[in-house]
Amino acid sequence: MREITFLEAIREAMTQEMERDSRVFLIGEDIGEYGGAFQVSYGMLEKFGHERILDTPITELGLTGAAVGAALIGMRPIAEIMFMDFTTLASEQLVNQAAKLRFMFGGQSSVPMVLRTPAGSGTGAAEHHSQSFENWFVHVPGLKVVMPTTPYDVKGLLISSIRDNNPVVFIEHKLLYKTKGEVPEEMYEIPLGKADIKREGKDLTIIATGIMVQKSLAAAEELIKEGIDIEVLDPRTLRPLDTESIVKSVKKTGKVLIVHEAVKTGGFGGELAGVIAESEAFGYLEAPIIRLAGREVPIPYNRDLEKAAVPQIEDIVEKARELATLKV
Amino acid sequence: MKLSKENAEHYMLQMYQVRAFEEQAEKSYMAGKIHGTMHLSIGQEASAIGSISTLEPTDFIIGHHRGHGLCIAKGADLNLMMAEFYGKENGYCRGRGGSMHIADVAGGNLGANGVVGGGIPMAVGIGIGLKMKAENQVLLAFFGDGAASTGAFHESMILAVLFQVPVVFICENNQYAMSFSANDWTTSKKIAAHGEIYGMAGSCSTDGNDLIEVKAAVGAAVKRAREGGGPSLIVNDTYRWRGHSKSDRNRYRTTEEIEEWKKKDPILKFRAYCVKEKLLTEKEADQIKEKGYSDIEAARVFAEASPDPKVETLEEGVYAP
Ligand SMILES: Cc1ncc(C[n+]2csc(CCOP(=O)(O)OP(=O)(O)O)c2C)c(N)n1
Ligand SMILES: [Mg+2]
Repeated sequence: MREITFLEAIREAMTQEMERDSRVFLIGEDIGEYGGAFQVSYGMLEKFGHERILDTPITELGLTGAAVGAALIGMRPIAEIMFMDFTTLASEQLVNQAAKLRFMFGGQSSVPMVLRTPAGSGTGAAEHHSQSFENWFVHVPGLKVVMPTTPYDVKGLLISSIRDNNPVVFIEHKLLYKTKGEVPEEMYEIPLGKADIKREGKDLTIIATGIMVQKSLAAAEELIKEGIDIEVLDPRTLRPLDTESIVKSVKKTGKVLIVHEAVKTGGFGGELAGVIAESEAFGYLEAPIIRLAGREVPIPYNRDLEKAAVPQIEDIVEKARELATLKV
Repeated sequence: MKLSKENAEHYMLQMYQVRAFEEQAEKSYMAGKIHGTMHLSIGQEASAIGSISTLEPTDFIIGHHRGHGLCIAKGADLNLMMAEFYGKENGYCRGRGGSMHIADVAGGNLGANGVVGGGIPMAVGIGIGLKMKAENQVLLAFFGDGAASTGAFHESMILAVLFQVPVVFICENNQYAMSFSANDWTTSKKIAAHGEIYGMAGSCSTDGNDLIEVKAAVGAAVKRAREGGGPSLIVNDTYRWRGHSKSDRNRYRTTEEIEEWKKKDPILKFRAYCVKEKLLTEKEADQIKEKGYSDIEAARVFAEASPDPKVETLEEGVYAP
């Protein structure tokens, strides 16, 4: 099969959906001629024109609200917030309005929109351009939160998100944009709320999100050389969460390492640990549930500090080895 | 307004230091010595230096992402600045902030900002504080044309007028916010007109490439602010020669446009003024230029020899004791 990048897969999903459904449009900063800060929408202006590629000045609250409003009357906007850090500015319309309108109105209307945003560290962009806020949005009933990790997944998940009748926060780790993989040319959906076992194993389950899925897979390849066989589970959608797949995997391996880039305190790992502890998988646990996550600091500028602030492959190898070989 | 020879020399030197700093920044980045991104202010030197030249050392500025020139104008130590740019432990922010977050609090520079418009609401609060402290200080708050489209800007204008803070808001209109042309949604005059709409006296726009004109306009606003006359909004019309940041492919503007603006080089303009007014000879100007570039070269050497932060110190400094 043809290989394309994660970034191209996003562009292809948006393009195909726009060709299929005239209600879909893009709105965001520098998404036209500039092609988006990361070039995701490059070339789409030529194809769809200013009517459907709405380039805006710097107005995160305004453009997000515009997407919410358009969705409220049946359009299917895709808003791009240039860096996840600036969803702080967009969050009023997203959290107070988009997430609640359907419920507050007693089901009279819905808000079928996608808010796409690049997240995460690793580019040296420092405190204001590196954050991972997924769990803020996971906390809000009414929103769906998607974190794709491969070119194949990102296309199918984005198509599903655009077709979904609810507001979806779609989080793209910047370091994934240039990763390559097999992606079918035709359109396909990957259902929201379905986890994926990215690697099967028997000794330990790593539940990882975002870029940490790729790092965990690399760690698993290291550890198999030592005879440690790791299962890597990628929830893909954080809300709704595929609890069933998680429980099943944990029952099989009996040990869990949770890995995410976002800061540990208040991060999604706590939610995962809670879900496992409350489930029938609890009785199968052979060791404490361990979280490996971002350190309790803003993302610093200096290269070494930036690396040290989030889990790296070596850290995952070390923690996974420790846990897999632990005898309780 | 007549400049003293001493001031003319000082501003000329700062202009060359800014230009040299930006050129060095670009070189270091290209050589792979710097990661991340940077926003160069080449072509905007008169706005930074003309504006800040109106301040007393005890006054404050708060800046934005394109802030290297503002730091130098406020009197930053070039070595500490360059070390920060290199992410070193002895940089202004211990290497934690980098290009987009350089601050020199003791020197009255309350920091650059990675969030467009992020400094403007704080400017109001700084103004409130300065007024309460009653030490006759003022603040210059810098931001770009792009920031003028944010809600933060408009809310802050309203509060600044309500509380009559001693703040001069300075919009450095370099014609673009990344690829978004300011002329697609506003004009310099319209941005400046917000000052009047919201109730600020003396708001205006200037030829932001003319140090003398900028200095006169900002100087009048600073005087008014210091005398209790409240805030103003000034728009310095200028142009960034380089791309927005390292990822810019300049698809949204023409080479002709860039070349046109290069003819309005603020450094050459000020230099010609100084020569014409007999404040500097060509030879003196050349010597100043040489000094500006050698100061930056010394800063580069300092920065490259400086230590990196120790990884064990990662979690230090998040909370005040
Ligand atoms: C709130 C916010 N939105 C978007 C960005 C990305 N961004 C960084 S600089 C910039 C353009 C800023 O334009 P302007 O204010 O005119 O300053 P200039 O870069 O032209 O100096 C954008 C869109 C940001 N940093 N912050
Ligand atoms: Mg600008």
